[in-house]
Amino acid sequence: MNDDDAVFKALADPTRRHLLDRLYERDGRTLTELESELEMTRFGVMKHLRVLEDAGLVVTRRVGREKQHFLNPVPIRLVHDRWIDKYTERRVAALSDLKKRLEESA
Amino acid sequence: MTTMTAQATQVYQVFIKATPEEIWEAITTPEFTTKYFYGTAVESTLEPGTPWKAHTADRSEVMVDGEVIESDPPRRLQHSWRALYDPEQAEEPYSRVTWEIEPQENGTTLLTVVHDRLEESAKTAASVSGTGWMHVLSGLKTLLETGKPLAG
Repeated sequence: MNDDDAVFKALADPTRRHLLDRLYERDGRTLTELESELEMTRFGVMKHLRVLEDAGLVVTRRVGREKQHFLNPVPIRLVHDRWIDKYTERRVAALSDLKKRLEESA
Repeated sequence: MTTMTAQATQVYQVFIKATPEEIWEAITTPEFTTKYFYGTAVESTLEPGTPWKAHTADRSEVMVDGEVIESDPPRRLQHSWRALYDPEQAEEPYSRVTWEIEPQENGTTLLTVVHDRLEESAKTAASVSGTGWMHVLSGLKTLLETGKPLAG
């Protein structure tokens, strides 16, 4: 599985997107904190966090005795650069071409 | 959409197909940093206790001012950070940036940037989050993997 596959797979699940949203609001949270907001077993949350970590979307750091979870937005940015920019750019370019043609013929 | 309060500790991570030495050179020499670090020339002797500064490319202005805290080439660099490009951020206390470079088994290298001690520096925290560090890291990755700066 390449990097992009791992990111898309990680994002293709509502619980994992929810976890990312929680970390987006405030990161550095522990498993216990993340678990308390979900109707799910600790093991279930751990499994989802593991998928997010494998995709590089969540980075854990040990601070004292705590393991804190941080949102790492870089892989989403890379997917954006590769998959979103490319297609939206063409559409925007098509529209600006159209505008130019219409203005020239006016 | 929820609003974001920028975090007092921010962690950014990227895998780069390059050696730790190449990454070290790219983050410590102005010839490289001007190509991905918002056009700034980073200058430092890398000796702990000496300045770490990001100048405009023409060296006319200091954009970010700091001091080297720790330097262990090619694995770890830590320096303080005070952004001078914005007067409000310039009044905030120094925060701290740590670059961690870890080679992986598959020939890539994991680069982690931790920007912390931002508790009293909300303006700085907001400025470096969002596209701030992401732009730097995706630009650095592109530069090292393709030899070309990120377009735009």
